[in-house]
Formats: sequence, C-alpha cells, structure tokens
Amino acid sequence: MRNAFVNTLSTLVAEDKNLYLLVGDMGFGLFNSFQENNPERFINVGIAEQNMAAVAAGLALEGNTVFVYSLANFSALRCLEQVRNCVAYHQANVKIISAGAGISYGTLGITHHSTEDLSIMRAVPNMIIFSPADAYESAAVTLAAYKVDKPCYLRLGRGRESLIHQHEIDNYTIGKAIKIFDGNDCAIFSTGAISYEASRAAKALNAAGISAAFFTFPTVKPMDVELIEEYARKCKMIVTVEENNTIGGFGSAIAEIIAELKGEKAFLKRVAINDEFTSVVGSHDYLKSYYKLKGENIFDMVAKEMSISADFDAVGGGATNCLNH
Amino acid sequence: MESKILAWQIRRDVLDMVHSAHASHIGSVFSVADIVAVLYTDFVDKEQLLRRDKERTRIILSKGHAGAAIYAALAEIGLMDKKELQTYGMNGSKLSCHVSHNHVAGIEISTGSLGQGVGMAAGIALAGKKAGRHYRTFVIAGDGECNEGSVWEMALFARQQKLNNLTMIVDCNGLQAMGKTADILDMRDFESKFDSFGWHVQSVNGHDHAVLKAALLYVDETKPTCIIANTVKGKGVSFMENNNLWHYRDPQGEAYDNAVMELERQRP
Repeated sequence: MRNAFVNTLSTLVAEDKNLYLLVGDMGFGLFNSFQENNPERFINVGIAEQNMAAVAAGLALEGNTVFVYSLANFSALRCLEQVRNCVAYHQANVKIISAGAGISYGTLGITHHSTEDLSIMRAVPNMIIFSPADAYESAAVTLAAYKVDKPCYLRLGRGRESLIHQHEIDNYTIGKAIKIFDGNDCAIFSTGAISYEASRAAKALNAAGISAAFFTFPTVKPMDVELIEEYARKCKMIVTVEENNTIGGFGSAIAEIIAELKGEKAFLKRVAINDEFTSVVGSHDYLKSYYKLKGENIFDMVAKEMSISADFDAVGGGATNCLNH
Repeated sequence: MESKILAWQIRRDVLDMVHSAHASHIGSVFSVADIVAVLYTDFVDKEQLLRRDKERTRIILSKGHAGAAIYAALAEIGLMDKKELQTYGMNGSKLSCHVSHNHVAGIEISTGSLGQGVGMAAGIALAGKKAGRHYRTFVIAGDGECNEGSVWEMALFARQQKLNNLTMIVDCNGLQAMGKTADILDMRDFESKFDSFGWHVQSVNGHDHAVLKAALLYVDETKPTCIIANTVKGKGVSFMENNNLWHYRDPQGEAYDNAVMELERQRP
C-alpha cells in the first residue's frame, strides 16, 4: 500500500513542479528514488509535526499541492490543531498521509497504534478521508486526492497487505464504495486493510448459505449514502468492519445514516476496536485475534445474529486466501 | 500616509471598535500598533495587495488577538471601507476579534491559536524561495506566544531552509494573558535564543518608527531575521500602559472618555 502510494506520487511529481512531499523524519528507504529524482520537491522537516502541518498549509496556499507523510498518529493527531486551523479551515491543498493504520504496528505498542484517527478526522470540516484496503485502492485514492483541490487525509497500511482487487481501479470517484460481490441477506461494509478479514468472513458466509454482499469503502468521508441506504432497505443485517475505535469511526458514520432512514431497515453490527487500548504485545495478526477482528470472529458473529449454525473452517473459511470475483 | 499617522489612526480606530464591541485585547493592539503601521506604510504596495499580486509583501499576524490593528490599518490605507470597522466583533460581521482572512481582502491567513501563524509564514516564505519569487514575508508574534513549542520548531526549520526572505517580529511587551512573562514562563534572553537558532537578530525599540523601519529593511544573505521589538503593552493611553487588565477589559464610561482625550491630545 505504501509502495503504491509512493509510486503514484513519483509519477505525478514528474509532471507537476508544484507538488511537494514533506516527511516528518519517517519513511526510511521508502522515498529514496523520489528524493533522488526530485531533490527540490522533497523536504524532511525533522521530527516536528506541528511545524510540518503549518508549513504545508502555507506552502499550499501559494498554489502548491503538498503531501505530508508520517506514521500512525504523528501526521495528524500530534498536530491536530494545526490540521484543523491551518489546513482544514484555510482549505489548503494538503494531503496528510498516515502510514501504519490501526494496529498494524502491533509490537510497537499503543503509541504506534492508530485507532482513533478515523473518528477524530471525520469531525474536522472540509476534510476528505481515504482508507484504502489494498495496493490498488491506495494508488487509486492517491490519484483521487491529488486531483481534488481540498484537504485530504489518507490512512495507509504498513505494507504487504493482501490484495482485495485483482487489477487497477480506473478513475476512482471520491465517496464511492466498491462492490466485491453482491448479496441479499446481509451486507458487509469494510474499510482499510482489515477488509481482507471482512472478505474472508463474507466468502465463508456465502459458503454457509447466507447471501452476503461485500463492499470496500476507500473513502470514509464523504460517505456513499445512496449505497448504504439501498442495502439497509434490502438486507436484514449490515455489518461494518474497521481497524479503529467503535466510537465515531467508519461504523459510526454508517450508523448515523441508517439511524436517520425512515421505515423498515436492516439492523447494524459494528466490528471495531471497542473503545480500549491494549497493553498486550503481539504481531498484527495476533492483535487482530485479540480484538476479535479476524474473519473467523466476524463470521461467528454474523452466523449467530442470522441464527444459522455453521463452522468457519468447515465451510472452507480457513482456506480462503484470495477472492473469487 | 506617514507611519506615525497610521499608528495613531490604528489606536484611535481600535479604541472605538473595542469600545463598541465590548471586545478584549486593546492592550495588545496598542503594543503592536507601531510595528503594524511601519509595515503597512513602508513595506506594502496597496495595489499589489489588492490584486493579490504574486510578488506582494506577505504580512502575517501570528498573535491573532491583535487583529483589530490589521483591520484598522487596511481601512486606513483604503483597502476596506472605514464603515466596515464599526461591525468589528458584532453579530453577522466578518471581522472576528482574532484576525480572519475569510472575505477580508488584504489578509493572508486567519490566526488566533498561538504559535501557528509563524509556521504558515515559514511555508509561505518557502514557497517564494522555491518559485524564485522576490516577495518578503513578515510575521508578527508575541513574546508570550513564544511559550509555544511550535514557534521553536519553526525557528529551526526556517534556518535549515535558509529562509532569509522571512522576518519575524517579536512584539516583546513582557506581559501575557495571566501576568508577567518573566513570572509565568520566563523566555529569558530572546536575542541569544534566536542567535543560537542561527537567525540574524536585532533588538529595537518597537515604538521608534525610524529604528523599526531600518531593522525591517535588512535582509541577510542566508539567515532569517528576528526583530525583537521592545514594546509597552497599552502604549499610548497612560492608564493602560503595562497594565494587563487591558488585555481583557473594554473601555467604557470614564475610561473610554479619558482614553479618547489622551489619544486626541496625541493627534498628529
């Protein structure tokens, strides 16, 4: 996902002398060729994120497109007020990149777990929020963010995410969910790299006889309201999956839309991190199990809610490594 | 208009604005009025500012709470209808008490949360360097504002990027919101601080226009410049000078009448 971002940016900078990349002393090795080929467009501002955000806003207000890059909470939450005042209020053309979404930096500890950023950034006016599921979505939203003259927040994974898509996504429209497969009983909506777990659950549910639709949401704000309303009317159950706090994030955004919908509608279950920090150490995969974010966990929860008796492994869920389209 | 006349006009206008709006920060405006007046008289081309010329001088007020001084300066040099000043701080006005760029021609950015305008100014100066433009960026900060760590992040960055087109003026009046800067978070020696950060530093009387102008004219070959402007908070009205009550209080009744009388006696 990170490489897809850098590769896309490298293509763009070759054609645009007003594109800048500021990094907060993060991304060792990642930007070597970008820096070598564009020394005037790459600035390591040091470990000083407040200044990075304010400088980016000033640079952008002079007619430039400015990408800022750091890890986890450092690129936005560390300097949240600069993001709010300098970037968002001024509608500065700044793209804030956070790498290492959710709990992907498992063993590094909670300072490096980015588990509230979707919630907090959603509440900032003028901010478009992207949360790609894989390398193809990462490339697509990087391009979409570049093309729109507005502040954006891009939440990237740590790297080496499993692919959800099988090919490049052309002309991605901001705010649109992407259908992976359709269904009528329940709809699984997911955002970010955890979409891989959602996809495993969705596929196993279909194998167990539940007609489950599955969509990824590369954009978290603005939301694909029409699609959510359509499936909330059509299905019995909506499931949201994200690597973020339950409060205020992707699932909350969908809950807000469904709550305001009149008439008969689906009930909603949110799979997310339940408003807690962990002091448990472990790999990304280990922590996904700890927080019950694995495909197995999602499958069990949905099967129970839909009152069917099925086993994830027995329906072939354990063997699901890639998706059929 | 001479800068001394503009400085007086700023104080006189703002006295009425703050009085009518029951607003705060008159002491901060009177502290910074001479700096603002010299900048808008001697360093701003009104026509360039009006058409947002790419080479216009950029003036950033990082201590946004003194925003009334900028509104008054813009009105006095003819970029804003003077009647507009009467709406300052009123319901439905675009003139917020902390300086706002939204729908206000001639203002570069909005500030109010301290230590942020300086970083944006550095970004604006950097953009000028990168684009090969010749404009200068002046940013006015308070001495209390320099409590903020982000000011010092910017100070390191501006030197690293050799932003000699950036001049920061510290309105050094020795007072901040709750009292004396020395008693709250003593900034000690500003000169040696900025010097050690690699800036060109000049310490001046922030109410002496000739000295201020000379200091503002200087551009170093490589370093950003910091002008320590030693000022008196509330300058121009005797009972407001060095009295932090006027960081908050709006002059009404006898206080207003006396302030008007004192300023009218100084009319240039």
